Amino acid sequence: MIEVRIHGRGGQGNVVAAYLLATAAIDEGHFGQAFPAFGAERRGAPVVSFVRIAERALRRRNQVLQPDFLIVQDRALLKVPGVLDGLRPGGGILVNTSLDAATIGEQVGSAVVTLPATQLAKTHLGRPVPNTALLSAFLTLTQILPMDALTKALEQKFRGDILERNLRLIEAASQHVPAGHWKERAHATGA
Amino acid sequence: MRQALEGSQAIARAVALCRPQVIAAYPITPQTHIVENIAKLVADGKLVCEYVSVESEFSAASVVLGAAVAGSRTYTASASQGILLMSEVLFNIAGSRVPIVMTCANRAVGAPLSIWNDQQDSMAVRDAGWIQLYCADNQEAVDTTIQAYRIAERTELPVMVCVDGFTLTHTLEPIDVPSQQQVDAFLPPYHFARTLDPMKPISMGTLVSPDFYPEARHSHHQALLNAAAEIVAADADWCALTGRSQGSLVQVEGDADASVAILTLGSVIGTLADAREMHPELGTVKLIRLRAFRPFPSEALLQACAGVTDLVVLERALSPGGGGIVGAEVKAALFDMPNPPRVHNFAVGLGGRDIPLDIYPRLLQAVRSQSPRPFAVFDVELDKLPAEDR
Repeated sequence: MIEVRIHGRGGQGNVVAAYLLATAAIDEGHFGQAFPAFGAERRGAPVVSFVRIAERALRRRNQVLQPDFLIVQDRALLKVPGVLDGLRPGGGILVNTSLDAATIGEQVGSAVVTLPATQLAKTHLGRPVPNTALLSAFLTLTQILPMDALTKALEQKFRGDILERNLRLIEAASQHVPAGHWKERAHATGA
Repeated sequence: MRQALEGSQAIARAVALCRPQVIAAYPITPQTHIVENIAKLVADGKLVCEYVSVESEFSAASVVLGAAVAGSRTYTASASQGILLMSEVLFNIAGSRVPIVMTCANRAVGAPLSIWNDQQDSMAVRDAGWIQLYCADNQEAVDTTIQAYRIAERTELPVMVCVDGFTLTHTLEPIDVPSQQQVDAFLPPYHFARTLDPMKPISMGTLVSPDFYPEARHSHHQALLNAAAEIVAADADWCALTGRSQGSLVQVEGDADASVAILTLGSVIGTLADAREMHPELGTVKLIRLRAFRPFPSEALLQACAGVTDLVVLERALSPGGGGIVGAEVKAALFDMPNPPRVHNFAVGLGGRDIPLDIYPRLLQAVRSQSPRPFAVFDVELDKLPAEDR
């Protein structure tokens, strides 16, 4: 089972990101589960969502306290208490920032990969919504699902121009991170 | 067909497959996504029905009551304060013996205000005279919603399908959505025998004098008890049609001959089941889930408790000044057993507090290290309270 925790801010598509990742997994024949830890949602407030991907039915309903991977949609959230809590030894952190991994790594002190997802989203979508770029990078790093699975999940969610722009965005994002960098780690979890 | 769906979206589709003719609802977290999804199905022309956006939950319940006695198949949904606001009408619906299906997206009740999950809302109306079924996961929520229409229409009783708010309503997971043919085969068009008809006038909801009121109450109670057979039959027939059983009145899993059992309602059973598998070193444990809470499944409960010496009743609500609600009812039922188990009664996860996997070893530790004590909120953190409140 792979457990992922996604941190973002209201308006960044945190829940959509979790749902897209689990949908892609389910449509590929795996078991998937995604759910938010809702606060009273408002734009800009820190929000959290969770994803589990497994090869058997997922029955537990508890929050992901010990994620294999963290996706952080806003670098400033790294300073929020609890955001880095529980990351399993050897786990990976994907951070949306234009800074390089070494700079962020000084702050976080773990296996960080960075992606300028907001910048890429502005270029390709015309809007600063980083979620789909981060999912693309996450799949490129872990190779737990083919990129085609994300494409299909996006096709269920978006249409027309927005879909086209998202497809260009995920293509661009996948070029920014080392393919298979977290593959061993992802496979060690047994998913 | 297996699809990735949010619980609310799946429930909305299940409702639509049942071809309701009148839906009335007022949005309230965490029920909102259900009625929004249904409204979208109506707007898109995928569900042809009268969708009434009302100004309160009291009106939502009143509209479906009126529509049902006019002969329509109806639906509504609510949660928390919404359930309380419609509670007067809920009693009237049940007492009038009108078949209505509603979803309760279980949520805590204020004050203090909480939008998160527990089961205080449906427990607060357990005496309204509705059938209450509690779902473990979203597949069960889908299947039970469809079964609920058949149960309601065969018993002329309303059915409340209780689904843990957020924990289920806002969780995306794989769902096998049944086909329209399957649902149509299971749920034929319905005619309400007491449909109000100006050509054959009858009165409903009239004043009943002491000459007949106790008989009305007795027959309502008997009708609920008799409904147990319809709940069992609906699940069995649904299983024959789809291959999926959702557990009848009481679902038992784990070690059949265990002397320790944990009993609960709703989705927390999944977390307990995973934890049980992770902890074989903690010995054999049976897991008991009350799928039906009204009618209360005493007989099935006693069977499930055979050989059990310690029973943990884990509930998601409480009666302040009394203690556990489910615990009190379970104890009452067990009183008829020759060697009843010791009951350890705890509330857990109130107001949406996360119920982690380690709740399982902690519960077993509590059972094995102490004699049953009075009801307690298991995950309370007393250091957060002033000394006089502990």
